[in-house]
Amino acid sequence: MSTEKQYKDIMVFSEVRDGELQEVTLELLGKARDMADASGQRVCALLPGRGVSSYADTLIACGADKVIVVESNVLEKYRNRYYADMLEGVVEKYKPSILLFGATSTGRDLAPRLANRIKTGLSADCINLEIDSEGILIQTKPSFGGNIMVEITCPEKRPQMATVRPKVLKTPEEDASREGEVIREEISLEEGKYLTRVIELLKDAKSDQGLEKAEIVLIGGRGMQTKENFDELYKLADILGASVGGTRPAVREGWIEESLQIGQSGKTIAPKLIFNFGVSGAVQYTVGVQNADMSISVNKDAGAAIFNYSDYGIVGDASEVVGILIEQFKQLM
Amino acid sequence: MSLNIFVCIKQVPDTMEVRINPKTNNLDREGIECVMNPYDKHAIQEAINLKAEHGGKVTAITMGPPSANAILREAVAMGADEAYLVSDRAFAGADTLVTSHVLMRAVEKIDKDFDLILCGKQAVDADTGQVGPGMAERLGIAQLTFVDEIMAVNDGKITVKRHVENGHEVVETAMPALMTVTDKLNEVKYPNPLSIMKAARRELKSLCCDDLCFCTSEVGQSGSPTVVSRLYTPTPRSKAVIFDGDGATAVSKLVEALKQNKVI
Repeated sequence: MSTEKQYKDIMVFSEVRDGELQEVTLELLGKARDMADASGQRVCALLPGRGVSSYADTLIACGADKVIVVESNVLEKYRNRYYADMLEGVVEKYKPSILLFGATSTGRDLAPRLANRIKTGLSADCINLEIDSEGILIQTKPSFGGNIMVEITCPEKRPQMATVRPKVLKTPEEDASREGEVIREEISLEEGKYLTRVIELLKDAKSDQGLEKAEIVLIGGRGMQTKENFDELYKLADILGASVGGTRPAVREGWIEESLQIGQSGKTIAPKLIFNFGVSGAVQYTVGVQNADMSISVNKDAGAAIFNYSDYGIVGDASEVVGILIEQFKQLM
Repeated sequence: MSLNIFVCIKQVPDTMEVRINPKTNNLDREGIECVMNPYDKHAIQEAINLKAEHGGKVTAITMGPPSANAILREAVAMGADEAYLVSDRAFAGADTLVTSHVLMRAVEKIDKDFDLILCGKQAVDADTGQVGPGMAERLGIAQLTFVDEIMAVNDGKITVKRHVENGHEVVETAMPALMTVTDKLNEVKYPNPLSIMKAARRELKSLCCDDLCFCTSEVGQSGSPTVVSRLYTPTPRSKAVIFDGDGATAVSKLVEALKQNKVI
């Protein structure tokens, strides 16, 4: 039986995919730092993989007090059972009170495996985390497509585990002057224990990472009415240096590919500026854009819910307004 | 090589438009129809397709109230050979950790000698996707999540394409294995009226807390480490300032506002 007292500090699983440290790790470190400061704990980044130790400095600059590097050939490619073995060892030794993962294809695969091994609570795909004065992690996640928000806690078992959706927490500013400790942990992992191999990675021809990194995003919804109208968004995007995404209805109409769908069942984005054209504003959609700095919406229905999630609005035909915006921005830029 | 396949399915509300009852502070489920989780239909379909190709047996299981028998009948109508309801008042309020434990025991009780377990990638009500991997861990078997395509099943091995952030990962593992599937890997074929009528008359099996040798304290809410501390409806973040006038005028006002805010 785990007792609360032995378990301390906040650990962040640092995800390196295809040689690249994932942004969500930094987002988690920023939040972990704030929660650690509020509760008198430390932030520890767990960095497993092969050839990953060079990322330790970045993790410290983003808020880690301590980086535990676990280098192993076995961990080069993500395979859940080897990673679960490694994590079991780390949790046993370091006893974090909180253990966080990105809600990625890796995090959502690994965290439930580990939670069932060490028999503790886990919440999925959170959009916010807070810590209370007792060190209890308050985990907020959307349910029913975003219609309902649920706050979950794990009052007794430790660690308190959560996966957190990318792009919902702010990436902290890197502070190169921050100091931290780097620990190299040897964990014995034997290749061949599990008969699983990753044969290859088939990368999408068109990278959809652009949409998640873009500062300006144009979203088209059902109100764009036709593929031809929808395609006008790309002209405006060229002028503004923006990326284009779509709502689920737009994807269903075949106006844009599914990998560029925004919302609960698609991607979450947090650009500086977002334009919603002909988007009704169902919660399934708005949950994916609620962290945009500024939001502008165009819809012919003055009562559309999207105006409740926007800074500025124009009531009018979306594709007509796109045409006018193209003309006016052309002259400006 | 014939395949002994389990499919874990879940009953979910037919609509996501659920409300919180202000008096009880719980979800208002009254009058809401329930259906089989959409991803689970693809899991059942895939199991049936695998059986058609390799031979074997498909067993559907669900944990839920007796009303969940409806989705078991649907699974049978689609082609599942056996169906089990895992149900007990003691199971109410289970979180994903406990649900994994209960379903793992159910599988072991029904038939330890399985090749594959299929689950939907997540249930559309709570969207966790945690029960499948949890079961795989408890059963000590391989797990393949977010599977878009099964590429090969032979020599006791399975090769799949799993959906990852920047594309697909081709992964091979030895069976037995548990897979969670997306809606990409097949087209669900709806059962014909005769199969539906036959399924309606089928006697379904059930397993309770005692059958699975659990103490009531190990399951349901009492066995669950997580607690729902609050439910709420998200509040809109801001009400837009609306620019009126004809299209060109409204756009000019918008552009002016963006300039003032130094956005452009």
